[in-house]
Amino acid sequence: MSQPADRGDIANPRARFERDGRPLRTKLFEQMMLIRRFEERLLELFGEGELFGTTHCYIGQEADAVGVINHLQDGDIIFSNHRCHGHFLVYGDRPELLMAELMGRVTGVVGGRGGSQHICFENFYTNGIQGGFMPTVTGMALAEKMKGSGNIAVAFIGDGTLGQGVLYEALNMASLWSVPLLVVVENNRWAQSTPVERELAGDMVTRGRAFGIDAGEIDSTDAEALYGHFGEIIAKVRNEQRPHFEVIHTYRLCHHSKSDDMRPEDEIERFRKNEPLIGARAWLTDDEARAIEARVEARVEAAVRWSREQPFPTPRHLDERVARPAPMAFEASATDAGEDA
Amino acid sequence: MSSTPATTTVLKSLNGAMHSMMEADERVLLIGEDLLDPYGGAFKVARGLSERFPERVLTTPISEAGFVGVAAGMAMRGMRPIVEIMFGDFLMLAADQLLNHISKYRWMYNDQVHVPMVIRAPMGARRGYGPTHSQSVEKHILGMPGLHVVAPSVLHDAGALLRAALLDDLSPVVFVENKLMYARRQLSAEGGRIGELYARSSSDRYPTTTVSWEPFDHADVTLVAYGGMVEIAMEAAETLFFDEELVVEVVAPSSLQPLDLQPVLDSLQRSGKLVVCEEGTAGAGFGAEVISRVSAEGFSLLKAAPKRVAARDYPIANTRSLEDMILPQVADLVRACR
Ligand SMILES: Cc1ncc(C[n+]2csc(CCOP(=O)(O)OP(=O)(O)O)c2C)c(N)n1
Ligand SMILES: [Mg+2]
Repeated sequence: MSQPADRGDIANPRARFERDGRPLRTKLFEQMMLIRRFEERLLELFGEGELFGTTHCYIGQEADAVGVINHLQDGDIIFSNHRCHGHFLVYGDRPELLMAELMGRVTGVVGGRGGSQHICFENFYTNGIQGGFMPTVTGMALAEKMKGSGNIAVAFIGDGTLGQGVLYEALNMASLWSVPLLVVVENNRWAQSTPVERELAGDMVTRGRAFGIDAGEIDSTDAEALYGHFGEIIAKVRNEQRPHFEVIHTYRLCHHSKSDDMRPEDEIERFRKNEPLIGARAWLTDDEARAIEARVEARVEAAVRWSREQPFPTPRHLDERVARPAPMAFEASATDAGEDA
Repeated sequence: MSSTPATTTVLKSLNGAMHSMMEADERVLLIGEDLLDPYGGAFKVARGLSERFPERVLTTPISEAGFVGVAAGMAMRGMRPIVEIMFGDFLMLAADQLLNHISKYRWMYNDQVHVPMVIRAPMGARRGYGPTHSQSVEKHILGMPGLHVVAPSVLHDAGALLRAALLDDLSPVVFVENKLMYARRQLSAEGGRIGELYARSSSDRYPTTTVSWEPFDHADVTLVAYGGMVEIAMEAAETLFFDEELVVEVVAPSSLQPLDLQPVLDSLQRSGKLVVCEEGTAGAGFGAEVISRVSAEGFSLLKAAPKRVAARDYPIANTRSLEDMILPQVADLVRACR
């Protein structure tokens, strides 16, 4: 894959995160808020008929993305799934490209060809076949190991995807060939309409251990705790160049896709109390939180406005790719404002 | 087509190509089941590779979907993997990898990636291996946008095709080999002749070779064949020429997807009569595609209804007598060409 020589930190979430000199909690809150507001806005746009097709939101799981992805650096690979907006926004920090993609515009992440289930941005990939990409990401990690690059790969899958056979072929090979691959299982306790007790026999963590892969679990929606937890795991995968399998117990607070939530109300309410943004907001003063919320709001709105102005693909775009637009000027000033805050 | 001596077998040609590519290019690697020496793969095509390049020959668990996908990931990160599927029948275990992953990545990701890899799959029957080890399943993967399907025959330089598929073609390629063909000698043309036959080839990356008993001034039938059926088609053409004075041009494409129809149309200019053969079953197959395209692109050339010769609609039997009844034979082709 050819990339322009000077790409700055475009594929380096860790460098961007570390360069932002604000306190850890402030940064985590802002990233999660961006995911949350982006998706809430998305759902509104669907409601208003402006968006077409489907989407899978990440509401309730934001802490997972910020906990893991802020440790990834240039050259590291992410393979994610249908529920990828949060992962993408932390990795790429380009909400306008994702919004344009969801609006089917030619300047979207993949020019409208894939939609959010099928995107590629630098070393970030997603696919909509549950578990089907596990061999690909294993091969990517193996290639990086053979090249001696020191890069690692991270795969995000859901609890329901533990039912997919090809996952176990991939885990077996990842262990046999000791590839630097972190598999993050986001157990949000549901797969579409099916609760985990009806889809999964046995235990999650021992699935990883059965292949001789280090495996563990964490039951938390605390972004700071997750950030610390995955800092250690990712350093180990990188240094020891071998796989790790980690389960995060969390909860999805939104529909599976759109208007298809038939889960018991009381269960949702119970989990709502632990939702990551309430806890994270309490880390900050109300003024700090409001300033961040206002900036996020402005960013999301700018992304919507910009996307609306973008052209739809024409027949020539069947075979032709439009160059990725430069980051919105707006974002640069937003970040500056952030550093002042 | 000239680099390999006429006496080389298809197996030696493929094996030699893998040796030379791995020697010259660090990105090239081989992945599949039971590849390590001294075994060297079920059909010995990988022989000697693991001894010379132990780091780049990965013998795998029995995980066809898994290792086909692993190879795709490696290809997307700069390697040039060759996958060996032990028996072509097992390719369908990786069907989802082909359909929803490998063939789609490039376009779906807006041309930001390529997946340059080759999946070698030995197809074909006539060895008594029975229903699940004898099929020619390539028709099931024809027509997948983004996936190329290449099939050498004795009229091609198999090693050169493999090299082109891996190093010159950025698309993923399924490379259809034929088990009986491994032991056959490649027939290369010299001065437009292969022995007594007249021969011509298109100059593509994946050439189509056409042979005839006459110097392409007249023909009675255009017989399209690929892979293992090419030899059978050539036998039928010989029989018809010497016994019945019918001139049958055998047109052998090496690329099934995409398919260059021009050599078929060129031959039809002379013959006006089309027969297409394949070792798999006929329904929704290669022959159906050729006839459909000829009808659309060269209808006026046809002087007779086109015909297909293919396997009958049964699984491939284990016992020789039933296997012979099910598979297309020289006699079937002779009859169809009359
Ligand atoms: C191979 C495959 N089968 C079924 C689906 C339809 N599908 C999309 S998401 C989903 C549920 C996935 O559950 P899980 O892995 O727990 O992830 P979550 O949606 O909870 O994030 C299903 C069944 C699919 N996309 N791919
Ligand atoms: Mg789930």
